[in-house]
Amino acid sequence: MRLRNFAAVATVAVVLVATAACSSGGGTGGTAGGKTLTYWASNQGTSIANDKEVLAPVLADFKKKTGIDVKLEVVGWNNLQTRINTAVTSGVGPDVVNIGNTWAPYLSATGAFLPYDSANMTAIGGKDKFVPTALATGGEAGKTVTSVPLYGLAYGLYYNKKMFSEAGLTPPTTWEEMVSDAKKLTNASTGVYGMGLEAGSYTENVHFAFITAEQNGASLFNGTKPDFTSTGVVSGVKRYIDLMQTDKVVNPSNAQYTNGTEASADFAKGKVAMIVNQDNADALLTSNGMTSSAYGVVPIPSPTGGKNVSSGIQGINLSVFKNTKNKDAALQFVKYMTSASTQGILGKPYASIPVLKGVTPTFTDDAAIAKTFSDVYNNRSRPYPLVPLEGAFETNVGNALNGMFATIATKGTVSIADVKTAMQAAQDKTNAAG
Amino acid sequence: MVLELFIHVAPMVVGIWMSFIKLTQLYIANWSAAPFLGFGNYSVALDFNAAQGSSLLRSFFTTCIFTIFVVGISWVLGMAAAVALQRSFWGRGFLRTLFLIPYAVPMYAGIIAWKFMFQQQTGAINFILSSLHLVGPDTKPFWLIGSNALVSVIVVAIWRMWPFAFLMLMAGLQSVSEDLYEASALDGARPFRQWRSITLPSLGQVNTVLLLVMFLWTFNDFNTPFILFGGNQPPAGDLISMHIYNASFVNLSFGFGSAMSVLLLLFLLIVTGIYLFITNRRSKDA
Repeated sequence: MRLRNFAAVATVAVVLVATAACSSGGGTGGTAGGKTLTYWASNQGTSIANDKEVLAPVLADFKKKTGIDVKLEVVGWNNLQTRINTAVTSGVGPDVVNIGNTWAPYLSATGAFLPYDSANMTAIGGKDKFVPTALATGGEAGKTVTSVPLYGLAYGLYYNKKMFSEAGLTPPTTWEEMVSDAKKLTNASTGVYGMGLEAGSYTENVHFAFITAEQNGASLFNGTKPDFTSTGVVSGVKRYIDLMQTDKVVNPSNAQYTNGTEASADFAKGKVAMIVNQDNADALLTSNGMTSSAYGVVPIPSPTGGKNVSSGIQGINLSVFKNTKNKDAALQFVKYMTSASTQGILGKPYASIPVLKGVTPTFTDDAAIAKTFSDVYNNRSRPYPLVPLEGAFETNVGNALNGMFATIATKGTVSIADVKTAMQAAQDKTNAAG
Repeated sequence: MVLELFIHVAPMVVGIWMSFIKLTQLYIANWSAAPFLGFGNYSVALDFNAAQGSSLLRSFFTTCIFTIFVVGISWVLGMAAAVALQRSFWGRGFLRTLFLIPYAVPMYAGIIAWKFMFQQQTGAINFILSSLHLVGPDTKPFWLIGSNALVSVIVVAIWRMWPFAFLMLMAGLQSVSEDLYEASALDGARPFRQWRSITLPSLGQVNTVLLLVMFLWTFNDFNTPFILFGGNQPPAGDLISMHIYNASFVNLSFGFGSAMSVLLLLFLLIVTGIYLFITNRRSKDA
């Protein structure tokens, strides 16, 4: 009996200790004196090694100016979100982190990031230095932002100039033209296709679920509630997956393309005539042997009668973990990374559209391409839903589209009813995350 | 005693407690604020008409099929290899080592190698199949997406599991006396008869434990699907441990994930209990 009492007491004690440990979990990465920061950067260059090369001189310069050492880790896109989620959950993570700007609302809702309230915003140079549309992606609608824009990005339709001129085609201005051009350029027997897609990448797929829905004038969220099964959303998804299914202008093997680089490599090698990509494709294309003058870029076209939307407001934002032991150093680092001089240095290698007011774009030497992307970013982009369930929307809808492409690639068919069923399942899962 | 409780029991208790609260993205930075749900998470998991429940049920059945094939085939392969290597012959040591390689290769490296081999365009599997003219160049199957994904993950799991069966059965066979085989050979028993009447009964205890351990490991297997599918498993390969992981770490629904874990724990406890009850009774009868 005595033993049982002891066991009961011990159990309770252990549980209390464990819960206390869970709820207090501290940040890591700080040595005494706050002279070392841990920074997780996203993969913006051609490879993780390339990112380290690009960032090393910037971080060395920061250390020279402030005496603060930055421990860099570059995290690939296929597991960046999971790493951040795990860090948020455990409370053990870096001091400063790059996030996809569409994740900002849900990460803000977790409460894990430091809000840029007026004091913190002043410490990084004030909110007036940022382009307002870029800064608006920094958190939940109507709340203090928990991330600030670092790199601005936008989607475009890249086309192979030579393949187009040989076929006597001009770049498409409507979705229907894009499909008919792609059909003319497809020759499955030689393995050449009109379009290439990262059809196994949930992050890419979900962007097109969003863009096609916006083109149809449909909204993915009704207030803060997911609304994935409306006609506009479902027919948008169908239009996108039909590029592989009924138009047959996308090689079914693209269903296994997951890391955001394979379709670009096919494009550079002349195996596909068009790709959809953000404006930072140049480094990847040239590293695969394509010269910059061999391709042109136009806005991703809308279907006839649709709304002129070609992109979400894409980009990378910078956040500080709330439990950092080096808050001041972290804010100094954010200030440095979002300063005009650093932005000028990183703008070219990362092909970033300026997120600061009055900064000249350096992301390309091609005036036509610069004009296309500036037009897309400023006039043809829509913000992603600024709601806490945005993260769950991305994973569930993105994975639903991955599944549809997999079905098509393995000789199945996806009807409009199948799309609706899959989107309903994604919606149920998204609701469960709230 | 206290240490044992801390290491062993505390995580389970915390897990069970988590399954009763609404631990979503809004509360993971501050668990204590999460509202108490009672059996709310469980009723979602067990409502098989809704999306969450039906996908859990499908994942459960997928895992059952996965487990039956992996444990069954691994056991057969392990047994065949152990019996084949029971008698001493030239090169036995080499074959033993060779058979144990999959068990010795670091898990991550081994499974990544399989992942490359299963690629549709460039993988070794499709290269071999098309060299043998089993598939045409335009009809190369996908192995990592679509319905073949279950076959792929079963193959890789068997590759990992069967050397363990082989090792255990080989150890068990060391205790079987050569005299028994010689005596039965004098009585005119053929090899299969010898295997059924001498080898199998002698391995009774080993098999009881081996099958149970393999069942538990396989049913809970996380590494194989996670590495093979890169955390983004196709529906056909949606094994239950990955399913729970996705609910927890991707959708940040830890309460719901914990509820599913507790259900999995209960299922495994019940199966193990029944299994041990039956095998104990049988060995007492014998």
